[in-house]
Amino acid sequence: MANFSIKINGKTQELEVDGSTPMLWVLRDHLNLVGTKYGCGIAQCGACTIHLDGNAVRSCQLPVSAVGEKEITTIEGLSENGDHPVQKAWLEEDVYQCGYCQAGQIMSASALLNRNPNPSDSEIEDAMNGNICRCGTYTRIKKAIKTAVASDNAS
Amino acid sequence: MTLIKTSFNRRSFLKSTTLASGGMLLGFSWLASCKGKTEAELMQMPKEWFDINGFLKIGDNGIVTIMSPNPEIGQNVKTAMPMIVAEELDIAWKDVIVEQAPLNTDIFKRQLAGGSQSIRAGWQSLRMAGATARHMLIAAAAEAWQVPAKEITTSNGVLTHEASGKSANYGEMASAASLMEIPEEVELKDPKDFHIISTDRKNVDGLKIVTGKPLFGLDQKEEGMLTAMIIHPPAFGYTFKSLDAESAKAMPGIKDVFPIDVYPEGVEKQWSDGGGIAKLVAVVGESTWQCMQAKKEVKVTWEKPDKLESTATYEEALTELLDTPAKAPARKDGDFEKAFKGAAKVIERTYSAPFLSHNTMEPMNFFADVTADKAILKGPIQTPEFLEKTLASVLNMPVENIDIMMTRMGGGFGRRLYGHFGVEAAVISKKVQAPIKLVYTREDDMTQGTYRPAYKVRFKAGLDNDNNLIAWYVKGVGTNDDLIFENRFPAGAVPNYLAEKDMLQTQITTGAWRAPRSNFIAGAEQAFMDEVAEMAGKDPIDFRLELFEKAITAPVGDPKTNDYDPERYAGVLKLVKEKSNWNQNNGDKARGVSAYYCHNSYVAQVLELTMDRNKPKVDKVWCAVDCGIVINPISARNQIEGGIIDGIGHATYSQMTFKDGAPQQENFDSYHLIRNQEAPKEIETFFVDNGIDPTGLGEPSLPPIIGALANAMYKATGKRFYNQPFILEKEVVG
Ligand code: FES
Ligand code: FES
Repeated sequence: MANFSIKINGKTQELEVDGSTPMLWVLRDHLNLVGTKYGCGIAQCGACTIHLDGNAVRSCQLPVSAVGEKEITTIEGLSENGDHPVQKAWLEEDVYQCGYCQAGQIMSASALLNRNPNPSDSEIEDAMNGNICRCGTYTRIKKAIKTAVASDNAS
Repeated sequence: MTLIKTSFNRRSFLKSTTLASGGMLLGFSWLASCKGKTEAELMQMPKEWFDINGFLKIGDNGIVTIMSPNPEIGQNVKTAMPMIVAEELDIAWKDVIVEQAPLNTDIFKRQLAGGSQSIRAGWQSLRMAGATARHMLIAAAAEAWQVPAKEITTSNGVLTHEASGKSANYGEMASAASLMEIPEEVELKDPKDFHIISTDRKNVDGLKIVTGKPLFGLDQKEEGMLTAMIIHPPAFGYTFKSLDAESAKAMPGIKDVFPIDVYPEGVEKQWSDGGGIAKLVAVVGESTWQCMQAKKEVKVTWEKPDKLESTATYEEALTELLDTPAKAPARKDGDFEKAFKGAAKVIERTYSAPFLSHNTMEPMNFFADVTADKAILKGPIQTPEFLEKTLASVLNMPVENIDIMMTRMGGGFGRRLYGHFGVEAAVISKKVQAPIKLVYTREDDMTQGTYRPAYKVRFKAGLDNDNNLIAWYVKGVGTNDDLIFENRFPAGAVPNYLAEKDMLQTQITTGAWRAPRSNFIAGAEQAFMDEVAEMAGKDPIDFRLELFEKAITAPVGDPKTNDYDPERYAGVLKLVKEKSNWNQNNGDKARGVSAYYCHNSYVAQVLELTMDRNKPKVDKVWCAVDCGIVINPISARNQIEGGIIDGIGHATYSQMTFKDGAPQQENFDSYHLIRNQEAPKEIETFFVDNGIDPTGLGEPSLPPIIGALANAMYKATGKRFYNQPFILEKEVVG
């Protein structure tokens, strides 16, 4: 066990936990932020995607000891009231089926738009290829990302 | 106007209303549904609720809570079922709050997610629930205003008596309505007056999903809850022998490690316990990560059986079954052998498909808190009623003492029909005398499956000199499943028809997987049909339409035995032909067509693709669907799109293989699920508008797409694809 102080969604959290514990389980089990999902534990599905200093990372592969000063954003902290342009686009397109993969999809999509506000179709596919949706909502995911881009350009 | 008899269980209804006066209805708390609402929305919450029937209650301000009775696995019944109630109640959708009902079969019928039947089976009772409440509100207003009930109209939650100029919203009459007699008979709306049904309504859990609220079984957390994991045998056929857990027990956070008898000798099992293993090892600890680490430390000795089975063993055994004459035909019209021998042209083909894992994105899990005389369970399950029965036997407890609550499910696809994980959770909780949440790792989930069976099918067909289809033979075999629906198309359209089937018992546990049997037989049949049409020198759509014409005008055998309606079948095919501009020249893009009937619905598809080296790149799918009345088009299209992507993905990329009983794929690094880049660029869905009562939607778009894909791949490559996953076929790779 060791002590860590980690910046998550704008707040600093004090933790006493084994340093090898992946952020995924720190979030879910220790901080009760269960929006970040477990799907594979081996960086293959993207359900656990969070932002580390604005970049999409797989939290199942990020030990708490490796976070340091970097800032973490989870789906709970992406916006105050679910009104991030990507979340709004997801609501608009009614993307989800079971919904389980969608927090990860939204975190990957919002990180993509952070670094590339106007992605091409193939850039969208590339960026989203690490996020599996077993329900098969891929066509809606692509559409919603374009909706988010369009709304951003409009505002 | 349609009148239907109401069928409430009046005794249980009274029981629930008494409970409701305490602000609670059948153990659910409406406050739970307020999470995620803004303050302004919360302000509008009623001060008092009046329970009208088990399906709904009305607040003093006119807000209505509607219970969604069935498990939600992503098929979106949690929005669609309450829409039906709201329609007949005649309330504005914005004034509706939806809640997941607990298991209560006194009030709700068939609380099961499976067979694409939630809407079809619930259609009448949901309409009745809404119409009954509306009737009672009118009766209350009639009494209050001293006017005849039949002069009172309703609209968007407002009661009006035009002659006297009186009006009231439902909230004002709710208290009086809740005391009214339940009518014996109620009037249903004319579908042309529907204003909620057949309109796009967004998923009621949408905001919670995009903001990461706890919705799923895996998200459940209760006071004092521990985490539990299981260790199951490394291969099918192995059984538990002994355990050495000393070092694991000493690890940080670990409470206990012990063997569990999930199904002790003599317990009464249900069909839904398929896939359950009698004896496992449980690891219980404080956190998930600690349990995962401890699992690796536990040493279990397993008893090895005399015989172990592998994919290769099944390959041979299934082929042998195909070659062995069947004991009796499943269906026989005319004389196939004779017609086949005398045919001008003949063709014979064999198709195969591997085992598949369900791989719901949310792995199996369940919460249980079992004490001496009470069991509380909560989690993702498609068959709560059956789980309750098994628990009663395993825990030796009356069902009245067992409460099961359903969480939203991170996918089902049939996997959560088999609720052994709920039983495991209960047994572990009882042993450690604490509330626990059982969590499967992805590896546990993928390797203790109730897999889609492996299948093989052989077709033979014969044409006469005029290229008419005169002989059709099908023989299907599978592991623990015999594959064939002998009365489906083209039965009834071919004069000499023979269907045979057989199955192979295996150690590998198998079960229902989205669109059972259809998920393979449809693609194989529609690919074969394409080859037959080609041999006949006919357009594949025209060839199929000719056969439907025969089934309509001169059916073979008693048409009642055919379990499809050829008019509706032909209808979707014509619709997709028109919408896809089938006859147009489409340059370098290859197209394939397919049509299938299952779960009481008809689907026809045209798929257009280009080959990118060895991979199909699907540019567009046109899909025509006849599922009767579409409750919620925006989510209905989602189901159709999902089924299409699911079908293309599994047929192209996925397989589960076994070596000496051990699953060879354990996680998504070795099990290829379709990804974003591999998904179709565009899917366009067209529904037939015919006003017929609604039928299945969660499954029917999956089976045929595999045929459309194979047929388009043939057009692009000149090679036919007989064995799934297609990506492994030499023609593609080489
Ligand atoms: S759980 Fe982290 S990528 Fe799957
Ligand atoms: S919506 Fe179910 S896994 Fe993506």
